[in-house]
Amino acid sequence: MSLLTINDLTVEFPTRRQLFTAVDHVDLSVEPGEIHGLVGESGAGKSTIGAAIMGLLDRPGRIASGIIRLRGDQISGLDADAMRGLRGKKISMIFQDPLTSLNPLFTVREQLTETIQAHLGGSEVEVNARARDLIDRVGIPDPDTRLDQYPHQFSGGMRQRVVIALALCTEPDVIIADEPTTALDVSVQAQILDLIKGLAQERQVGVILITHDMGVIADTTDKVTVMYAGKVVETGPTAQVMGQPHHEYTKSLIAAVPRPTLKLHRFPQISYGGRETRFAIDDMARHWPKVENDTSKPVFEIRNLTKKFLQRRGLLPWDRTYFTAVDDVSFDIRAGEVFGVVGESGSGKSTIARMIAGLYPVDGGTITFEGQVVSDLTNRAALDAYRKNIQMIFQDPFSSLNPRMRVDDIVAEPIRHHKLMGGADIKRRVDELLDQVGLGSGAGMKYPHEFSGGQRQRISIARALATQPRFLICDEPTSALDVSIQAQILNILKDLQEHLGLTLLFISHDLPVVRQMCDRVAVMKQGKVVELQNTDDLFANPQTDYARELLRLMPRLDDLSTEGLGAEA
Amino acid sequence: MFAFIVRRMFQSVIVLLVVGLVAFSMFRFVGDPIDNMLGQERTQADIDRLRTELGLDQPFPVQYFKFLQGAVQGNFGVSYRQGRPVSTIIAERAPATLELAFVSGFLAITLGIALGVFTAIRRQGVAANIIMTVSLIGVSLPTFLIGILLIYIFSVELDLLPSFGRGETVMIGNWSTGFLTASGLKALILPAITLGLYQMTLIMRLVRSEMLEVMRADYVRFARARGLSDRVINFRHALKNTLVPVITITGLQLGSIIAFAIITETVFQWPGVGLLFINAIQFVDIPVMAAYLMLISVMFVTINLIVDLLYYAIDPRLRVDARAT
Repeated sequence: MSLLTINDLTVEFPTRRQLFTAVDHVDLSVEPGEIHGLVGESGAGKSTIGAAIMGLLDRPGRIASGIIRLRGDQISGLDADAMRGLRGKKISMIFQDPLTSLNPLFTVREQLTETIQAHLGGSEVEVNARARDLIDRVGIPDPDTRLDQYPHQFSGGMRQRVVIALALCTEPDVIIADEPTTALDVSVQAQILDLIKGLAQERQVGVILITHDMGVIADTTDKVTVMYAGKVVETGPTAQVMGQPHHEYTKSLIAAVPRPTLKLHRFPQISYGGRETRFAIDDMARHWPKVENDTSKPVFEIRNLTKKFLQRRGLLPWDRTYFTAVDDVSFDIRAGEVFGVVGESGSGKSTIARMIAGLYPVDGGTITFEGQVVSDLTNRAALDAYRKNIQMIFQDPFSSLNPRMRVDDIVAEPIRHHKLMGGADIKRRVDELLDQVGLGSGAGMKYPHEFSGGQRQRISIARALATQPRFLICDEPTSALDVSIQAQILNILKDLQEHLGLTLLFISHDLPVVRQMCDRVAVMKQGKVVELQNTDDLFANPQTDYARELLRLMPRLDDLSTEGLGAEA
Repeated sequence: MFAFIVRRMFQSVIVLLVVGLVAFSMFRFVGDPIDNMLGQERTQADIDRLRTELGLDQPFPVQYFKFLQGAVQGNFGVSYRQGRPVSTIIAERAPATLELAFVSGFLAITLGIALGVFTAIRRQGVAANIIMTVSLIGVSLPTFLIGILLIYIFSVELDLLPSFGRGETVMIGNWSTGFLTASGLKALILPAITLGLYQMTLIMRLVRSEMLEVMRADYVRFARARGLSDRVINFRHALKNTLVPVITITGLQLGSIIAFAIITETVFQWPGVGLLFINAIQFVDIPVMAAYLMLISVMFVTINLIVDLLYYAIDPRLRVDARAT
């Protein structure tokens, strides 16, 4: 008998206008010790299935039909008290963001013991012993000290271990892990996935692993179910689904995954569902000022760049402590290239980008742009002239656009600020830009919330191009996006570089994406550049231990089907 | 921690100095105290003599400096109207105001938090909606009107509670308390409600909106997914996280309870420092006004210091030197 079976599950969200079916007649079954991947893009209904199993559907969502069984007993439709008895006891859940899923005001011990107490009871000594045992089991060193610390005293990976310990409190049969490693660095991700794999094997727990990351699926799961728009499109053993996908959607999804091993000229776009949006690069190139890139000279010369942040305020200067975010970094960026910066969180990637953009003052060293030192500009006119040439595209398309501004105002803002043209010309230019990035000129009248993540990132691109800059800073431009949208955005950025001659600073923690995008890469660790190489050389022959380690931890995607890639390599 | 308190103390001193300076620069516009102090048959010589005696002929920075000199030695001068030391007068009046402020502050915090949590948890319920609507009245009606309304209903029509004064008081050392007699307690009810109603509704609405915010947080969802009971989730996990912003506002509000006591004390003829201040203004009793304003600023500064220290007690993230490892 299967551990968990879902038969014909349909989840509906009645809204004022219509009935939205989030999950549409889904069947699923999980065996003891099996890790079952649930993959699909945002809005596919993956997380809704998890919430339905837990009985935690957000209002007004409801299970319209179907039965969920745990070891043969029906658990869907149980009353609130019975359901609470199951939650955390028989079925546990691990959430995406370990930074927010622990209560910041309680110690780890308090959070563990209250959960154990709620389900198992027992004396204080027993409960505490069990809490210590759990912390030890999820691989947190020095459990006696760590138990009495607060969540903020743990790093991201350690916090996710605490979350897993909480999920294991009462020996559950099933664990639902909803994007458990999406917010973590690649090295930490590998450790957490190993921990989950180990638990499934040792304790015969069934794990439902919800993710949009094909690398995680390929590395970790035994079986996989692919979802699209609330429906299951394909299910089967992971190696089979990934290696020989049958359904068109699965094929196009797999084709859009950036590969670390082979470099493609363009990303294949997901054609399923007709969601491809055109990007009118030729149109744009016709209006773009022609500048010949002198590839022999660098656009940016960065010398001994340093940035320190005050970590502890003190009344007296020697009481203050500083954190060196960027430590004596030097490199050149050549005209017309895509220069990549990779590293784990906290390595100083974004700080460098912000100093180049003039958002942070530098604490040491110089930034030279086309022969002019720009890191100490104070003259307003000179600074404006520099900034007109530098534009930024940010990571989060949801917070980088002002929700109270109409899209045409957002795109027009840089033009107005730099006084590049007036009245009617601005309107024409904005409409052109919106049309060229594939949104259509009617988009200007709407507000940002009316667009999806990918569309918003196109608005960001339109805004960045409004001043006709020479240099684009892309700070993790696709890490918040689905793989198919990522492919579209990356293709646009490639077009900008190739057809308009723009130089790009491309910051990412995602090595396969860097491989596809960048000509040269700087690898950063703790504020220092540890390795700087041509991309192909770095991937073929890394020189430093740190770069080798990063490459080793990268998910292997060798098993994925290569159908439809049109590979060059 | 120690450095923090020292820094705050230093800032507090500056605040007090500035308040005093502003106050003294204003006193020239309140009127001439000499007018009130001497009768109709005064001569110019009397006026000049008294003016020199009180030091009022000197420029205000000098007056201010002399006031400070006295204040650090605990001497706030002599009231022009009553001819007694200001410190004695304030010491007599302070218990009345502090007792009133304490009771209304206590009512505001306990009822405010309880109703705030209730309306947040039963967001759709009928009772919650009624409370929310009624609370709008609490925020929008001015204090003196509420006071007059309460007097009309409970004193004039129902004749249940006294409409003015403190009732009988008992002296404990130098402290006169109304807590120990029935008439003292009865006299406290209406003024305390009048003074605390606005703060209560404010705290209630704040707790409600913070609580609704916190209930959407991931750690509350995770607590629910661990099968914890609603009671534990609402009152342990959610409420504690709600408290940090609530404490900020509550601290400021407690300060203004004491400051706003002026209006309530006037309506109920409550013999506290607020009423003293109003009378002092009418008589241009500069020493009393100066001492009162300093007293109020000391209270605000102290309450804010306590609030900042409470942050440390509630939120472990603010305790220093505890970095992620």
